Amino acid sequence: MAELATELPLTATTLTHPPRSLWRDAWRRLVANRLAQLGMAISILFLLVAVLAPVVAPYDATTDSDLVHRLNSPSQAHPLGTDEQGRDVLRRLAHGARASLGVGLGAVSIAVVIGTLIGLVSGFAGQWMDLTLMFLMDIVLAFPGLLLAIAVVALIGPGLRNSMVAISIVSIPIYARIARSTVLSLKEQDFVTAARSIGVPSDRILFYHVFPNSLSPIIVQGTLGIATAILETAALGFLGLGQQPPYPEWGAMLADTVKYLNKGAWWVLMFPGLAIIFTVLGYNLLGDGLRDALDPRLRVD
Amino acid sequence: MLRYIIRRFLTIIPVLLGVSLLVFGFIRLIPGDPATVMLGERATPESVARVRQQLGLDKPVYQQYLIYVGGVLRGDLGMSILRQEPVTRELIRRFPGTIELSLGAILFATLVGVPSGILSATRRGSWIDSLSMLIALTGVSMPIFWLGLMLSFVFAVILHWLPTSGRLTATMEYQPITNLVILDSLLQGNPTLLLDALRHLVLPAVALGTIPMAIIARMTRSAMLEVLGQDYIRTAQAKGLPQRVVILRHALRNALLPVITVVGLQVGILLAGAILTETIFAWPGIGRWIVEAIYARDYPIVQGVTLFIACIFVLVNLTVDVLYAFVDPRIRYE
Repeated sequence: MAELATELPLTATTLTHPPRSLWRDAWRRLVANRLAQLGMAISILFLLVAVLAPVVAPYDATTDSDLVHRLNSPSQAHPLGTDEQGRDVLRRLAHGARASLGVGLGAVSIAVVIGTLIGLVSGFAGQWMDLTLMFLMDIVLAFPGLLLAIAVVALIGPGLRNSMVAISIVSIPIYARIARSTVLSLKEQDFVTAARSIGVPSDRILFYHVFPNSLSPIIVQGTLGIATAILETAALGFLGLGQQPPYPEWGAMLADTVKYLNKGAWWVLMFPGLAIIFTVLGYNLLGDGLRDALDPRLRVD
Repeated sequence: MLRYIIRRFLTIIPVLLGVSLLVFGFIRLIPGDPATVMLGERATPESVARVRQQLGLDKPVYQQYLIYVGGVLRGDLGMSILRQEPVTRELIRRFPGTIELSLGAILFATLVGVPSGILSATRRGSWIDSLSMLIALTGVSMPIFWLGLMLSFVFAVILHWLPTSGRLTATMEYQPITNLVILDSLLQGNPTLLLDALRHLVLPAVALGTIPMAIIARMTRSAMLEVLGQDYIRTAQAKGLPQRVVILRHALRNALLPVITVVGLQVGILLAGAILTETIFAWPGIGRWIVEAIYARDYPIVQGVTLFIACIFVLVNLTVDVLYAFVDPRIRYE
């Protein structure tokens, strides 16, 4: 789009105020939105925890256990209490953030790249290529997401990396569909025809002209997708199919609590759950905010 | 209309074929020899050979697929490895449990979600609106299994109000007719059984229904807000109709359309959520069964249940589409 603007100097002179880019405009709307601010703050906070955990509170899950202090309630030494092996819940939560956010961000990144590529090619190539690719996507969508993820993990084996693969496979069709639908709506537009008529090769049109225009829905969906991926990671971890013991992950930490629920140790149950809720809420709020901010119909002067 | 339904129906045939191919490939994709993987390293050569033959692994792949699909079409989902029972039979025995749980959940979700969405929309900006939207937002961000654990902890461990596992108290006498305990208790006119079943159902249904409830509440709110801004609502108010009538008869009816769709689309969430909910509450349905089968590496069960759930999912989505076209005359020809 940028190239086109320089080719049409007329519009620049007729504008009464300097043009603002869509992105800057969206950013201003995003930071003006209270809930989006909150979402951003939460997301950044947990990211910081995940990144800084090894620096601030180094942790070796393989050697950590203190059988003298099992299931201690929150105290000065252990602000969030200890679990059934006497391990500090706060420290494990901080390190668990690395697993949850790592898988969440990783799975979404993989899914966005592969899904967008499939969608772009599908929409641009059309014909049998489009039919085949979208058929494959329909098949993946015929399964409830978590069920397919569980089946994939059952197949390739449990573990953190495998659950990331499973979660990304499940969400590929979402991005493929979004990318494809933007391509279809843009393919016949004048700027694409113009680029084509001056001999710009197809792949260049696809990546320089069409792709940037499909970015905003994919960013919105990707942000909301991180929230879903974190929930799915936790679910797999809870079922024992994700992170394997003794390493910490929020869902796996909750799975351990089932066995001693009746001992009244509310802290081992409460805090991993709150960590998941807040993180997921953060990305949901941020995603909703981004959707409002990037909607060109809501553009204000 | 009929043409639309038929065309829409035809589109699911290739999808279901693809699904069956994927589910069929599932066992074949296991690295190594599937029979050995399932039976473990210490299995005797005879039992490995038996399982290989049972799975038809000694035939060419295309033949295996045809045999598999042929079996599925006749309602044969294969035999479980461990108990050597037809998967279909156990599926029929366990599915009513999942139906009961899902119906309970969707009932809870609708009965709480729709009214709170209406309240939010009609009292926009009030504390009721903020509170119910806060609950809705937290609801969609909450892991089902955590909610289930919290509910068990509070209502069973601390308060001792409700049971946390199974569908019935072990000592309860029950002769299944449909395996839907609540329906059976009504058919048999047995209030004790009904009460016991309901007490067991409450916590799992609330746990499973919370996410759908949150989604339904948000959808109802936004659909109501859109409708309430329409001219015919102002007309209805201007001619002096009571606010109750305006909201319930004029606004809600028109806002219900997207809400119905959303309710329908929750089935996928319910089926996936049932896997977690049933695991926590030791609920004997197909969700818990598939998890047990994965732990036991009983792949024919995993395969059969996955195929079954995917088919339900596809059919429900189809039904929602058709219903939608039925209610909204604008959607008819593509």
